[in-house]
Amino acid sequence: MRSSLLIEIRDLAHAYPDGTEALRGISLHIRAEESVAVVGANGAGKSTLLLHLNGSLISRHGTVRIGDFQVAKAALPDIRRTVGMVFQDPDDQLFMPTVAEDVAFGPLNLKLPLAEVERRVASALERVGAAHLRDRPPYKLSGGEKRLAAIATVLAMEPAILVMDEPSSSLDPRARRTLIELLAGFGHTKIIATHDLDLVLDLCPRTIVLRQGQVAADGPTDEIFADGRLLAACHLEQPLRLQACPVCGEKSGRLPQKGERL
Amino acid sequence: MSTIESAFIDLQRLDRLAACDSAVHRLDPRVKVLITLAFLVCVVSFDKYAIAGLLPFALFLTLVIGLSGIPSGFVLNRVLLAAPLALLIGLFNPVYDHQPLMRFGTLVIAGGWLSLLSLVLRFCLTVGAVLALIATTGFNAVCRALEQLGMPTVLAVQLLLLYRYLFVLVEEGLRLNRARVLRSFQGRGLGIRACSFLLGSLLLRTLDRSQRIHLAMRCRGFDGTIHTRNPLRLNGRDVLTLTIVLAALLAMRVFDGPMLLGRFVTGLMA
Repeated sequence: MRSSLLIEIRDLAHAYPDGTEALRGISLHIRAEESVAVVGANGAGKSTLLLHLNGSLISRHGTVRIGDFQVAKAALPDIRRTVGMVFQDPDDQLFMPTVAEDVAFGPLNLKLPLAEVERRVASALERVGAAHLRDRPPYKLSGGEKRLAAIATVLAMEPAILVMDEPSSSLDPRARRTLIELLAGFGHTKIIATHDLDLVLDLCPRTIVLRQGQVAADGPTDEIFADGRLLAACHLEQPLRLQACPVCGEKSGRLPQKGERL
Repeated sequence: MSTIESAFIDLQRLDRLAACDSAVHRLDPRVKVLITLAFLVCVVSFDKYAIAGLLPFALFLTLVIGLSGIPSGFVLNRVLLAAPLALLIGLFNPVYDHQPLMRFGTLVIAGGWLSLLSLVLRFCLTVGAVLALIATTGFNAVCRALEQLGMPTVLAVQLLLLYRYLFVLVEEGLRLNRARVLRSFQGRGLGIRACSFLLGSLLLRTLDRSQRIHLAMRCRGFDGTIHTRNPLRLNGRDVLTLTIVLAALLAMRVFDGPMLLGRFVTGLMA
């Protein structure tokens, strides 16, 4: 199923009850196993778009299709099994008394047999390198550890698509690097909303730029980041690695090749 | 350090103590909850002048705390912290109740003093027992036990989430308060008005967060029940302990131990 899975958004619009128009006619296709960044200013509609991908918000205008399912109330259990969502604040996601119980929360709700739940908990924690945190209460973890645990809670549901909201926010540089390396190893379809454009450079060959609820640009990351005017119009800046060096005044001069770090 | 911060550290200490291992820790949480309930009912059901009858219960609690390896200083400190409350409640007993109940030579002790002492003693025993329960079981396991003993699931889920997010809430409140204190000078800005804004903002943040948490739970298939991996199982040792301890508590409540002991000793001497 994974190889044929496609995200198709057609003419999606959403207004919040207070009248704020967060999305105004968005159309997108995302292929299976693609890694896509969603960038844009604060309030451009990134988080609202993500919430539509797993049916946390369902709009009356436009459609969202995940593989064979159209996102609608009846299909929510299937959608949520397919689309794993990692929230911006791990404290919102880790609500059980211990990390292991939190990771088991989703699989138990899927009514999987206990042995299978155990296997998934162990493998998800192993995958993010957090097996040693199993029995710790979430409030005692560091920011980086919380983030890893939050990702494990979603991996345990074995989703085909990972949706992440600001995965690198409030992480120290080392934890951020660990996260990037971890995500680079995942074969899932990834959709990452972020302000961390250097992370985009490392993880996402394709970037979608949102501006005032509309798609301002959609294309290869290197092309988009080379367009200074577009970035400025969308309240963005070139990633630091593409900017002139503050010491010697020279640009590093080239975009990184796939898998290469400058 | 503000009291709220030290209370916070206390909670963490309780959690650490609950993670220790001892014969008492290993008992099924339900057994411990039932024993604590029986203990509480027995202690509060004594008549208002009872003191001697309570002593076996104090002995029992000391024994349990000793067996579980919880530092007795920790429990004692917390009980003493709470004791002024009981003193306050019983403060007027000696004023209103002059009925002489005890006589040592020329010293007559009025009923009011006895009932005050009894009240304080009972307070210490009940608070001590609940502290010992949580320090040997952990708050979460107590919740789970209560749920399996018939408490409504909604309430159990509420308690679990309350405990988890207490830490987040306290941290958020402390941050807000720190920001307020740093911009208050000579007492200005520390008044009730600023405090009400602070609490209001904390409430709004909490509502926002609760919505996000609910969303995160729904995303992982939450349907109102929290399923757990290791359902509690009673073993023979648990049942035996429960039976023996309940019988002992009942006996301590029905028979006046100190009186029997006194009679026995005077009988021997005579």
